[in-house]
Amino acid sequence: MADFDLIVIGSGPGGYVAAIRATQLGMKVAIVERESLGGICLNWGCIPTKALLRSAEVLHLAKNAKSFGLKIDKTDFDLQAVVKRSRDVAKQLSGGVGHLMKKNKIEVIMGEASLKKGKPAPVVTVKDKDGKTKDYQAKHVMLATGARARAIPQAGLEPDGKLIWTYRDAMVPETLPKKLLVIGSGAIGIEFASFYNELGSDVTVVEAVDRILPVEDEEISAMARKQFEKQGLKFMTGAQVKSLKKNKNSVTAEISAGGKSETIEADRVILAIGIVGNVENLGLEELGAKIEKTHVVVDGFGRTGVQGLYAIGDLTGPPWLAHKASHEGVICVEGIAGANDAHPFDASNVPGCTYSHPQIASVGLTEAKAKEAGHKVKVGKFPFIGNGKAIALGASEGLVKTVFDAETGELLGAHMIGAEVTELIQGYVIAREGELTEAELMETVFPHPTLSEMMHESVLSAYGRVLHI
Amino acid sequence: MAINITMPALSPTMEEGTLAKWLVKPGDTISSGDVIAEIETDKATMEVEAVDEGTIAKILVDAGTEGVKVNSVIAVLAEEGEDPDEVEAPKDAGGSLKKEESSKKEEAAQTKAPEQEDKPAPKSEKPESDSAKKSVSSELGSTPMKLADVGDGGDRIKASPLARRLAKLRGIDLSNLKGSGPKGRIVKKDVESAKAGQAAASTAAGAPASPDGLILPQVLDDRVYAPDTYELKPLDGMRKTVAKRLTQSFMQVPHFPLNVDIKLDKLLAARAGINEAAPEGVKISVNDMLIKASALALIAEPDCNASFTDKGIAYHKSAHISVAVAIDGGLITPVIFNAEKKGLATIAAEMKDLASRARERKLKPQEYSGGTFSISNLGMFGIKSFGSIINQPEGIILSVGAGEKRPVVNEKNEIVPATVMTVTLSCDHRVIGGAEGARWLQAFKRYVESPESMLL
Repeated sequence: MADFDLIVIGSGPGGYVAAIRATQLGMKVAIVERESLGGICLNWGCIPTKALLRSAEVLHLAKNAKSFGLKIDKTDFDLQAVVKRSRDVAKQLSGGVGHLMKKNKIEVIMGEASLKKGKPAPVVTVKDKDGKTKDYQAKHVMLATGARARAIPQAGLEPDGKLIWTYRDAMVPETLPKKLLVIGSGAIGIEFASFYNELGSDVTVVEAVDRILPVEDEEISAMARKQFEKQGLKFMTGAQVKSLKKNKNSVTAEISAGGKSETIEADRVILAIGIVGNVENLGLEELGAKIEKTHVVVDGFGRTGVQGLYAIGDLTGPPWLAHKASHEGVICVEGIAGANDAHPFDASNVPGCTYSHPQIASVGLTEAKAKEAGHKVKVGKFPFIGNGKAIALGASEGLVKTVFDAETGELLGAHMIGAEVTELIQGYVIAREGELTEAELMETVFPHPTLSEMMHESVLSAYGRVLHI
Repeated sequence: MAINITMPALSPTMEEGTLAKWLVKPGDTISSGDVIAEIETDKATMEVEAVDEGTIAKILVDAGTEGVKVNSVIAVLAEEGEDPDEVEAPKDAGGSLKKEESSKKEEAAQTKAPEQEDKPAPKSEKPESDSAKKSVSSELGSTPMKLADVGDGGDRIKASPLARRLAKLRGIDLSNLKGSGPKGRIVKKDVESAKAGQAAASTAAGAPASPDGLILPQVLDDRVYAPDTYELKPLDGMRKTVAKRLTQSFMQVPHFPLNVDIKLDKLLAARAGINEAAPEGVKISVNDMLIKASALALIAEPDCNASFTDKGIAYHKSAHISVAVAIDGGLITPVIFNAEKKGLATIAAEMKDLASRARERKLKPQEYSGGTFSISNLGMFGIKSFGSIINQPEGIILSVGAGEKRPVVNEKNEIVPATVMTVTLSCDHRVIGGAEGARWLQAFKRYVESPESMLL
């Protein structure tokens, strides 16, 4: 006798969303969580960093009050209050997830889960905080245990929570580091670099690849670097951190770039060199689930190949994004339920967002990747300086770039940098999901005055019909 | 809030269906998972389960209504605490399409079908939406009737703009494609895979544009056959599909038959031995063994495991055997997939399950499509030999006659009794020639006459 139709392990945005969808489809569901409902996203990731970045943004506006005709004599901040606001936001949302679980009659089991062989699905053993264990049997088990920051202990790239931070430590600083070294220029590294730079730290970002934000379009990477440098951020690209040496209250980093070696001393270091899946201590090897590079191997419906066992989200590999996890979770549950319209996961329509100042957002192929894939492309570009709303906002730096297949008119990719682009990108995601061509996008009415008009203009530009530049 | 119960899509390609039967009535309380209605599609009858719980407030589509569009509202459910009598029917209810209207509509659709289909797509280098606008406005001037059709959306092909563009660029007819997107929408992927092997059913030169056009209006003349001298049974989905598909195949495919006599004694002996050794509950039939032999012959002679398409011949890599099963009211061909890799016990078990569900009309569409070869056996009726119509897009079909004792001349020129059956292979001459078909029959004969070679 199964206790549940589905047990979800991990209550991040992948797990808890999947659990809700499962109850909508009539399943009896339990969710296991070892720490806080909502997982990393709500508690230590997406949401609290957005709260921090909002403080930084307001500070930035206040500092520039004069350009808006306003008078603010003295701008200052209280770091502890900024951190507290961020923690309060996380707490409020975690409580919200608890409410959602209750509303949907999902049983929340607090403790650490492991698996052992069972039928029709592996047996879930949960160890609670007192060390007591209990076994649960479900018809289906979904792993949504997420991921954590990668470390390279051999080179001293190992977080200690004091001098060498992960995202988690960087979110709750006690004091503002004077000199900060950020290793890795992906979304996480850039967001923290942007935050600390705004607050006044002297920030250097080291990136192994020859450009920052390596997954973004090259043109966007270059524009981002220029704008960040204008704000005082320093970058070392094509550079590798050979070692980190901890001193009493600082860290010495040995960095090699272009055949030369250099040492940099910083008060604090943030490690943002990638993500590893939380695959350990679950009993996956014994069950025969396939693990590649710390990620569980699954098909488009999250199936692991072990009967009754599924995996979704960060655990299954890039892109490591909350919305990817939620989407995969829903697909997986619909696959289990045999829902009419279940479609396997397609990573090519997952948008990526970086919430730094300026913001960066994209979906689909970069111009270079599109050409690599053999497409003849038509590229459209529209700068923020040509948009009325952007100028009114005092945010006239940025670009909206679109890449079309010249033959078919397929929107292959869209890449944006500038104010609020993380809110705009979904327009292009819908276009891709609905397989709209340039014709429909051109026919669409965009409201005036909005930043979204640039999305229209970029499409027009790709076909030589741009209006306002 | 009242909950609308809508016509479900039972397969990705389903656009409409017949609401065969209601199992609940207004006032009934239902909970999630209850079977509330039965729906008939082309080839299957399926049960509809309730997703929500509540009291049935109104039934908007009567049992027996044909052509109910997917997603149209068929009933309204009152939630707990709601008065079922107060619940109002939504405006877009599927119930507006009552029995009579739907048959009238169908008639009308049939008579005007050819004209509509022959109309070429507007040629224009401009973005599609421009040309679409143009064609609507030109229609507005001449034939206002068409505009109403646009609104009705009955024959509308659901496809993404990108899929339409790709199909136009590559000369692919969307009406022949199955959509894999939400609600059967044709998306880019579908057009791209069609490129590789569009079904033979597609636009062969000179053939009528639409398979529907193949079924010409046909009536019995009242002066010759007085209506009271026969009973008219309306065509159900299965009859329509069988009529359409077989007419199409018979008219489009150049069939040629090949036949051969095959001695069965060794196969019958092997079968008896296998069944004796088999565990309780496992019983292999002659037909199961012929399925296996066919699959192995298809792998041995891959030229015959093929489909004609106007882009080229598609050579299938696995042997998916469609097995003709006669059922009440028609014919259906469930498929044993990858039969060359399956053991006899597996084939027997699958066949038993498929045949019994076929008789109940409970097969899923994916269980009766996707075959690469068909086998039809009328041996049990004592039929000596017959030729079947090819089950498109498959390239060949085997017709199996009865195994019977016949006098046979052996190597020593003696007349001895042997169990012999005559099989006929109907071949699509566009795909294979006589020699290829003959080689396939040789291979098949070898496997049947030396059944031990199937073990190799």
